[in-house]
Amino acid sequence: MADRRHTGKAAKGGEGTGGGAAARVPARLAVRKTYKLYLGGAFPRSESGRSYPVTSSSGQHLANAALASRKDARDAVAAARKAFGGWSTRTAYNRGQILYRIAEMLEGRRAQFVDRAVDGQGLSRADADRVVSAAVDRWVYYAGWTDKVAQVLGGANPVSGPYYNHSAPEPTGVVAVFAPQNAPLLGLTSVVAPVIATGNTAVVVTSESAPLAAIDLAEALATSDLPGGVVNLLTGRAAELGPHLAAHADVNALDLTGAGESAVEFEETAATTLTRVLRPGPGADGGEDAWLDPDPGTARMKPFLETKTVWHPVGI
Amino acid sequence: MIFEYAPAPESRSVVTLRETHDLFVDGAFTPAEGGEYLTTLNPADETKLAQVAVAGSADVDRAVAAARRAHDTVWGRMPGAERGKYLFRIARILQERSRELAVLESMDNGKPIKETRDVDLPLVAAHFFYHAGWADKLAHAGLGADPRPLGVAAQVIPWNFPLLMLAWKIAPALATGNTVVLKPAETTPLTALAFAEICQEADLPPGVVNILTGAGETGRALVEHPGVDKVAFTGSTEVGRRIARSVAGTDKRLTLELGGKGANIVYDDAALDQAVEGVVSGIFFNQGHVCCAGSRLLVQESIAEELLPRLRTRISKLRLGDPLDKNTDIGAINSAAQLERIRELTDTGEEEGAERWSPDCELPSTGYWFAPTVLTGVSQSHRVAREEIFGPVLSVLTFRTPEEAVAKANNTPYGLSAGVWTEKGSRMLWTAERLRAGVIWSNTFNKFDPTSPFGGYKESGYGREGGRHGLEAYLG
Repeated sequence: MADRRHTGKAAKGGEGTGGGAAARVPARLAVRKTYKLYLGGAFPRSESGRSYPVTSSSGQHLANAALASRKDARDAVAAARKAFGGWSTRTAYNRGQILYRIAEMLEGRRAQFVDRAVDGQGLSRADADRVVSAAVDRWVYYAGWTDKVAQVLGGANPVSGPYYNHSAPEPTGVVAVFAPQNAPLLGLTSVVAPVIATGNTAVVVTSESAPLAAIDLAEALATSDLPGGVVNLLTGRAAELGPHLAAHADVNALDLTGAGESAVEFEETAATTLTRVLRPGPGADGGEDAWLDPDPGTARMKPFLETKTVWHPVGI
Repeated sequence: MIFEYAPAPESRSVVTLRETHDLFVDGAFTPAEGGEYLTTLNPADETKLAQVAVAGSADVDRAVAAARRAHDTVWGRMPGAERGKYLFRIARILQERSRELAVLESMDNGKPIKETRDVDLPLVAAHFFYHAGWADKLAHAGLGADPRPLGVAAQVIPWNFPLLMLAWKIAPALATGNTVVLKPAETTPLTALAFAEICQEADLPPGVVNILTGAGETGRALVEHPGVDKVAFTGSTEVGRRIARSVAGTDKRLTLELGGKGANIVYDDAALDQAVEGVVSGIFFNQGHVCCAGSRLLVQESIAEELLPRLRTRISKLRLGDPLDKNTDIGAINSAAQLERIRELTDTGEEEGAERWSPDCELPSTGYWFAPTVLTGVSQSHRVAREEIFGPVLSVLTFRTPEEAVAKANNTPYGLSAGVWTEKGSRMLWTAERLRAGVIWSNTFNKFDPTSPFGGYKESGYGREGGRHGLEAYLG
């Protein structure tokens, strides 16, 4: 972890005059944001009271992020479970509108996210613009999927007998998502949106080194009519939080995309309660560019869906 | 009263038993390298049926190598239409030999001939026939424009539906261009070996299907073999967990079809006679050796006093005995070990305060038998309400409101099946929507079809078998 006192100005070689007493005082002091967790629709600090410094790609101190603890992870699972019943039984149309609303909120904050990607990731303004646009569009994409996925993945089964027989996908429940480490906005969006589009609720461990975009995103989620607890964001270390999420009996599935070297350990742990596991894909470490495909299809929705088949006799 | 029936045994003469069976590897029957054999018994009278070879790790090596070779050189590159024709041919031979296979299955497993003849075998043939037609249509399955086989599938199946589980595993694997190494259960290997002969009869290319008999160690060596691309397992949740752990960190794909504790919900407006039939077949079909059995009856309190006497009357008319008798409803328990587990768990039900009832029912003096049993006054904390008994034992609980019924039905780590009995359509759909289970039977129970996806939520496993959904497990 970087030194908290290693300020940007010092890193740039110092613009000040060097004399303590004569330091320049701005005409108006900027109000900095305190970065906290997003849990059950609220923004609490870590119950542990811990935080860690977050720096830009050039080592400049940007903010302190909450360092989520095992108990925060537990609280997040409880919040996600509580939200599951309501979210999964919303109509697909309603979920689609809420996901679209998230896109609307992000669009309005484009500048903030572009600045964040430039400062935090060291992207050029053009690249940052492209990534933010893709992230906004990703929410629109999945907003459109909510009321189509059941038609695409479900259907009637022509059984050999006088029975009505129908299969439809249902959300698996609470999904613990290890978001990509090097793709803090578009990658994060790309793994979270498909999980909640289908009615699951999510506990997300964000990128450890670049967690600020996730909390900025949470501000958009919190103002999009997304019920509290549907998405819970934990900033901190995947290696610390992961074992507890993987072993948690109330977690139904894991997305190990950003779990790094711990992925195998978490998959082994998940076996105890037969938690569904999505292993890290080839683009897991590829940065935001790995997530630019505008049509990712159903691949990230299917692993978190169950198929329910209902039989009923036909007769008079 | 129960009518006396004259014995009506199905003839055993359609079956020719061999004294010893070897492993089916690369198109030929070859002895296990360790030279070890195990004996498979007829559970209805404990007579020895045959000896089958126990495959060791060297045998697993050569079977996987044969399957790999067959996949790479023949089966994986064969046009789908040709693969399909092999499967159609197998389906036809299965139909032609269905009586022989039904009798053999009843002898090796203990289940009534009525079931093997009318349920198991027709479904086995139907599975091959259904999947045969997929082989040249995979691009239309919604799994991508050019879905590819995974390679070699390691498949381990249980003893409760030996040949049917083989069909559920082998038919989709072969239709999608994979080759297989399959291990049947230790106590029921004979129909799988007969199926190996059918592969020969169908001129299936060597190595496409390999059958390794043996016990747990053989299965472990097979699923942990580094040369397999896909693992498919049906069996206990405990073994399922071990397999899930063993594939972690590999590229192997995994589907698991594990245990269950299915709830059968009977609302106060249900057609009671039909519900009684459904509850009975839900738990006593196949001696309750069914992962999706309706082993928990949830009856609405207001009709419990009316339903339970009718249920007991119906159960009293079930005929237990010789599996090969065409009138038999309940056959033998598959093994001494399973019988012991059923006895032990059922006893805990009594110890924990449930009331135990069985009809007057004479059990044969040899073989493994357990009378149909109903436990009433069961609460959710009782072991018999939480653990899978896998035998002819029904636990009865009551509820007052639909919400309570759903809460109790879902109060289990399992999520394989559930039943709903009501004459009101909206209530049926409301209930079906809320039940966390992969198969919901409404006003029916224990129905299966090759077009209908089967598989569980939660600790009942993952992945689906059957239908378009089942193809996904074998395509990359």
